[in-house]
Amino acid sequence: MSTPTFGSDELAQFRRTFFEECTELLADLEERLGALVAFSSDVESLNAIFRAVHSVKAGAGAFGYTVLVGFAHRFEALLDRLRDGKAELDERTLVSLVAAADVFSALIDLARQGEMPADDFGADVAEELSALLDGETPIHSAAKAVESTAEEAPPAAEKTYKIVFRPNAELFRHANEPLYLIRELKTLGTLTVDCDLTRLPSFEAFNVDDAYLGWTMTLHADCSPAAIAEVFEFVDDECELTIEEAPTVSIKPDESAPIVAAPATPIPAVAPSPIGNKPESKTGSISSIRVDLFRVDRLVNMVGELVIAQAMLAQQFTESRDNDDPAAHQGFEHLAGLTRELQECVMAIRMQPVKSVFSRMPRLVRDVGHKTGKDVRLEMAGEQTEVDKTVIEELADPLTHMIRNAVDHGIEDAATRLAAGKPAEGVIRLSAQHAGSNILIHVEDDGAGFDRDRLLAKAIEKGIVPAGLKLSGEEIDELIFAPGFSTAAAVTDVSGRGVGMDVVRRNVLALGGRVQVTSTPGKGTRFTLVIPLTLAVLDGMVVAVGWEKYILPLTSIIESFRPGRGQIRFIPGGGEVVSIRGEFVRLIHLARVFGVTEAIADPCQGLVVLIELANGSKLGIVVDELLGQQQVVIKSLQDNYDPVPGISGATILGNGRVALIVDIEELTRLHDRNARTADTARPIAASA
Amino acid sequence: MAEPQDLSSTGLDATTAQTRQFVSFRVGDDEFAIDIMAVREIKGWTETTVLPNQQDYMLGVLNLRGTIVPIFDLRCRFRLGLTTTTSSHVVIIVAIGGRLLGLLVDAVSDILTINVADIRPVPDVDQPIDNAFLAGIIPVGDSMVVLLSLENLFANHGPANDAVAA
Repeated sequence: MSTPTFGSDELAQFRRTFFEECTELLADLEERLGALVAFSSDVESLNAIFRAVHSVKAGAGAFGYTVLVGFAHRFEALLDRLRDGKAELDERTLVSLVAAADVFSALIDLARQGEMPADDFGADVAEELSALLDGETPIHSAAKAVESTAEEAPPAAEKTYKIVFRPNAELFRHANEPLYLIRELKTLGTLTVDCDLTRLPSFEAFNVDDAYLGWTMTLHADCSPAAIAEVFEFVDDECELTIEEAPTVSIKPDESAPIVAAPATPIPAVAPSPIGNKPESKTGSISSIRVDLFRVDRLVNMVGELVIAQAMLAQQFTESRDNDDPAAHQGFEHLAGLTRELQECVMAIRMQPVKSVFSRMPRLVRDVGHKTGKDVRLEMAGEQTEVDKTVIEELADPLTHMIRNAVDHGIEDAATRLAAGKPAEGVIRLSAQHAGSNILIHVEDDGAGFDRDRLLAKAIEKGIVPAGLKLSGEEIDELIFAPGFSTAAAVTDVSGRGVGMDVVRRNVLALGGRVQVTSTPGKGTRFTLVIPLTLAVLDGMVVAVGWEKYILPLTSIIESFRPGRGQIRFIPGGGEVVSIRGEFVRLIHLARVFGVTEAIADPCQGLVVLIELANGSKLGIVVDELLGQQQVVIKSLQDNYDPVPGISGATILGNGRVALIVDIEELTRLHDRNARTADTARPIAASA
Repeated sequence: MAEPQDLSSTGLDATTAQTRQFVSFRVGDDEFAIDIMAVREIKGWTETTVLPNQQDYMLGVLNLRGTIVPIFDLRCRFRLGLTTTTSSHVVIIVAIGGRLLGLLVDAVSDILTINVADIRPVPDVDQPIDNAFLAGIIPVGDSMVVLLSLENLFANHGPANDAVAA
């Protein structure tokens, strides 16, 4: 294809768009491939994969990525053979398809980085594709000669097709050009074209942007009707198209049969029918636009500012003396409502189904299952659950790790399972659901559960817990999150690369979420991730400590109460606990941890906020009073300053002042450290 | 204060190759200056939100139109004790290495246009201010202005460094 004559800026822009599209197409491809692997012979998936490869090929051709085009071509040829039913989707083909998808994706990556792939890059996979292409077409010895460029499976005899192609008026507006289509048709065989001028309007009514011409074409070719339909694949919802086989040559029944049997092939083999309707698989992309994430981020930020400004205004109005105007009150309420709604709308723009992450997992389970020789099935639920795009990106790593772990360590091998009276095939369940402003993600396996004795022994051996310490079963399970911990008895190919569940926990905590584990020996293990839907806002409880105000994340708060004198116990050695419903909960004074003076020191005078930490344990935070809950826009401290232990971020209150968001997970650690280093930090001076 | 030697009447002449402009300010009885190119804005002192367990010269953060900006007490950074802040104190917002931060000073004095050749190296003297903080000395009339190195002042608050040295 000739290089488009655009300026370099435009070209770069087109290229960027192309790679963005590639990312989407690859995600779709991956997902469809997963479906294919799971259910086999799913024609719909085959078609989708074919379309993805084909679209990338078309774009790659335009930008001159010849290696990519070459590979895509071979990939496409095999897919085409499969969807036409001319090749069988057996285990070997599936494995090759998965491998081809990898090479394909790697080639796209290389092209994106502007690097030339090595000559033999993916050669083995390409050879395998060619072998499959050759192997499954023993009818044609000639096919071997054309080998890699084997376009479509050439049926035996040449046929004559009558093709009527009438573009809708808006064809050009979607950047389609009939000339290219006709040229491509010509490559299939001998083509005669008659132009139909009947729809040409008078000169006055002529609109240069509209398509008026139609064509009636006769094609002598040895291709299938599907191959012709494919030429029109990208315009089939923008034209009337009839592909009719002229009854000049008899068709062998075994050639037409697979085409008829393939329900998703848009053109029925012989029946002449106009193709006016869009194929179902295309509907998803029709009503969406592509927007630079940066613009959305700016919008989110601006709306965040608006929320703060609105809160400030409302507060100033409430505090002002002449605040008894009912109309103004109403106005402020209306404004507050609108602002909240606007914020929700804007946040919703960035929401995406977790499907994009989930769809990578079947593949992973298959791969790891293969490597470890285990028979594992993945069940997924709630793929449509939506979460902020920034969160989704951060989910991939922890999920990958947990699922890999589940297959590698969680699920037993078939013999052990059978001996334990379980089916040989292990099951991993991955599910997502909304819970308030959080998303809950469960990763569950029906494996052996944790071997608590071994966990404890290992923790002692690694010095994570002192020997002789009495731990409950749940506490032992929690050890899995300890840094440097790996449960694998032997380091395997799949895991044991020094990355453990502590990394998962760190990733999840970085997202403002938490991870819990429940394990039932012999029955399986269940990890639960609780993750906020968005990283931009947080439902917080504003608490007062001395002169300072802090925000506690509402999701962690169980309740708050003022303890009675009898509920407080001092533990020798300095600890303080509160007894609530028979449970003893450790108390931490926010004022002491943060060095705030003039705060209430006696919990019985102030309040205890009962918190649940990520590991499921509870903590009582002593504060002066609760000032109310509100949604806060999270601002980063790190933009301009170093991370502050115990503080996860900041927000701006209605009065314009900055309030700090407390990182409750860090509090205990911070408390212990402060206790050790005594009072080196400067106490916070009272400020009015 | 003393008049700078070269008072350029036109802004154009002021930024030719040989001259640079500095904002000078007062901390205690001493006059300091920083490169004007680093200065983003100058505002009056407002109460900050104190960050827990920080160095004493770190006064906390304030809200600069939606951005959280840390504020440092220069006097305290020079180990001359904490500033007792009043509403007449001034915060100079500067950009260093892609970060915004505020410097609490007693008062902003002037904008100096200095011939680069006039900037003298810092002599090795015994003083409370760490020599690394100083980029040079500018003679202004009979007096002198100490040119600060913003990079060195807050070098330990770099993006990858959370250890706080005194």
